Amino acid sequence: MALDHRKSIFNFVGTRPDRPDGLDKVTGRARFGADAYAPGMLHGAILRSPHAHARIVRIDTSKAEALKDVKAIVTRADFAVLPFKPGLEGEFWNVLENVMAGEKALYDGHAIAAVAATSALAARDALKLIEVEYEVLPHVTDVDNAMAADAPVIREGAADYSVPEGMHPNVVRYHESGHGDVEAGFAEADLVIEDSFVTEATHQGYIEPHACLASLGMDGKGELWCTTQGHWYAQKYCATLLGIETAQLRVTASEIGGGFGGKTTVFIEPVALALSRKANRPVKLVMNRSEVFRSTGPTSSASMDIKIGMKKDGTITAAQGIFRLQGGAFPGAPGDLTAMCAFAPYDLTNVRQVGYDVIANRPKQAAYRAPGAPMGAFAVESVLDELCNQLGLDPVDVRLKNAAAEGSKASYGPTYERIGLVETLEAAKAHPHYSAPLKPGQGRGISCGFWFNHGGETSVSLALSEDGSAQVMVGTPDIGGSRASMALMAAEVLGIPYENIRVTVADTASLGYNDVSHGSRVTYASGLATIKAANHAVEKLCERAAAKWGIPVDAVKWEDGCAVPSGPNAGDFDPLPLADITADMGATGGPISGHFEATPEGAGVSFGTHIVDAEVDSETGKTSIVRYTVIQDAGKAIHPTYVEGQYQGGAAQGIGWALNEEYIYGEDGRLQNSIFLDYRIPVASDLPMIDTVIVEVPNPGHPFGVRGVGETGIVPPLAAIANAVSNAAGVRMKQLPMSPPRILAALKEK
Amino acid sequence: MSKLHVTTTVNGDEVEYLCDPRETLLDCLRDKLNLTGAKEGCGTGDCGACSVTVDGRLVCSCLMLGVEAEGKQIETVEGIADGYVLHPLQKKFIEYAALQCGVCTPGILVAAKSLLEKNPDPTEEEARYWLAGNLCRCTGYDKIIRAVMDTAAELREAS
Repeated sequence: MALDHRKSIFNFVGTRPDRPDGLDKVTGRARFGADAYAPGMLHGAILRSPHAHARIVRIDTSKAEALKDVKAIVTRADFAVLPFKPGLEGEFWNVLENVMAGEKALYDGHAIAAVAATSALAARDALKLIEVEYEVLPHVTDVDNAMAADAPVIREGAADYSVPEGMHPNVVRYHESGHGDVEAGFAEADLVIEDSFVTEATHQGYIEPHACLASLGMDGKGELWCTTQGHWYAQKYCATLLGIETAQLRVTASEIGGGFGGKTTVFIEPVALALSRKANRPVKLVMNRSEVFRSTGPTSSASMDIKIGMKKDGTITAAQGIFRLQGGAFPGAPGDLTAMCAFAPYDLTNVRQVGYDVIANRPKQAAYRAPGAPMGAFAVESVLDELCNQLGLDPVDVRLKNAAAEGSKASYGPTYERIGLVETLEAAKAHPHYSAPLKPGQGRGISCGFWFNHGGETSVSLALSEDGSAQVMVGTPDIGGSRASMALMAAEVLGIPYENIRVTVADTASLGYNDVSHGSRVTYASGLATIKAANHAVEKLCERAAAKWGIPVDAVKWEDGCAVPSGPNAGDFDPLPLADITADMGATGGPISGHFEATPEGAGVSFGTHIVDAEVDSETGKTSIVRYTVIQDAGKAIHPTYVEGQYQGGAAQGIGWALNEEYIYGEDGRLQNSIFLDYRIPVASDLPMIDTVIVEVPNPGHPFGVRGVGETGIVPPLAAIANAVSNAAGVRMKQLPMSPPRILAALKEK
Repeated sequence: MSKLHVTTTVNGDEVEYLCDPRETLLDCLRDKLNLTGAKEGCGTGDCGACSVTVDGRLVCSCLMLGVEAEGKQIETVEGIADGYVLHPLQKKFIEYAALQCGVCTPGILVAAKSLLEKNPDPTEEEARYWLAGNLCRCTGYDKIIRAVMDTAAELREAS
């Protein structure tokens, strides 16, 4: 049986059926994080620090505890009390410290205490009666200031081994990579441009705030329902922080109302469990929007220096980037990823990149769609655009001339397998958008972008029913239509209709460990596992057919949903459909299921090229995006409509990041724009239709050629829009967002 | 604080609840009437995920108090379909993949239905401005606007 061949002709994959959760989601029936209720349920609320940096001298909860509606109050003392886990280290400690402050409040919004009461209003009222005495400490929120010699130290000893001696203790990780000799390369260049760029922190902006319903008994057994990108991660972290055994906590992922990386960790879940344990009742905890902005994980802010040398013919002779990322009060800002992605689209002889992870008095950053990559691309692709402008070269031609391809040594080390960057650039050049005339006041920008993509630990189970239908259990929350993709892939292997397959996101008690829905990994890794699990079931189906026909199993093959003899010598038997085999499976050997568990490593890197036209109003400084085209390699688009959706969504988030969105901190270190009115994400009237081109250069690491598509789409927009705006305004924009005041200031200085 | 008794009509059904004067209509719909289709995305009237109509007018239910619903006619996403028959907007949203995560979808459907009742033939710009009070973070609005425009065209042909 040749079950694991690379396919190129498909019956189901590549079609566009309705999603299985569509009906629930258009009727209001789908259950998201805040849509769960339990008998005897209490409501939780969290008291948060109003200070950016302060020592917690005293917490007095007595007045709140005296309220009859209050059933439990927890502080840091209520966590990790199991005797055999005396202390937490590394990221476990970081997460514990982030979900409930220890000795110090490290940012505006840091959790200090929590209440469970009989109603949400009672819980909120009780918070006002908790007295906290703070000793306010000097704070710092800006990345460059946090690295300066006189910056307040946020945490001594937070730096790891990678940080060279002599750096400020707020520099906690350091990355350096590259190859060749950049100084020699710059000497060969006809033109060298060196410039500095700044991006502000942004938030993922998922519309559904964090929400959970937790129940934990004194016997150490618990149930948690939450909106999350990864319930096994939530299980592991909550169990560890609460000091219970991982397997004793069952976590169920709700429908998830957007994540984009921001729901890859835990914030309120351990707190709700601690409240539940103390009150001995279920506790529901739901963040409000202001808490989401102040206390969950936005992106890093960045300060970057780029130097690139180019010959008159467009050849890049050397490239260097220094990327300083501020990621809040804990290690984790992806300065390393920014550095590794920044020059990854290009085949460079001489390249060097340095990344800093810097802590500051802001909330702990979390992943946001290709974490770290968009800001680096903004800086690098801006300098490339300026080189093209000054040398009079076409920006697509220059990128094609330097584009990485199969066999190129990547700027971050490995040698590329089959990749699709050149194909996206050629599609850009051929696209009518690229040659369309521009009106006065308009400018065009292009940019390439790269993301690694990810495999990750994955388990999938598939079970066949007596009537020939199939259920697939995956462990990756569906954040954009992945249940439809899984069903298509299972249908392809089993040869039964898409509609006969039900895909469920299983809870942690029903399936082996699954890594988080992140890294653009779901359609790749859960998809690969679904295919392999379906193959596993097909093997068994063929065995049953072989036994029935009395021929060896290798004389049976699976074709269009039926067991058939593999050739004329195998015997003359009518095709045996799947449903005929499952109908009596109980009598022919028992239930037929398929399983697959692995950590697939062939995710296949991803590239995209974006074209954007922007119009700048020189009187108001307002920028309008008038045309936008996303071109990206999907490897193989399983459900093309949802691939388009990922491209469009990434572009729209990039437009917000480029033009509007930023975390604004006051001198007092407090976040000044913590509601959607002030932190303005793009609305329907801000955007044009977003055109998409799906390029398909198959990924050798997936049976059907899939590459993840979720993240790459947000990498090029910042740069493409900055290039369009700079070309429209006639002045190079070096700081994001390019809000009207910044554009007006730039125009004035021109 | 003592609670107040409210009698109102939701999706054609007369309902009653007791509520604290501080509770919003959204709180009451979700927590007292088990109508969890409307979502709280912001609590400040900026995201539109809690959109409902009150006496035919599109409102953010997070900005209205539960007690203010007394004697009103309220329509939520749960009332858009006619029994088993989906509203054309609901069908088109599935067909066009006009939703990814789906959490903004109930509010957008309520708002879009309200638009088409007032303006059966909106331009793309009119649709975009009408829906500017409904945030979607997943889709970039492209497929949403296409679904709304195509529904409008279909409803015009049918009428």
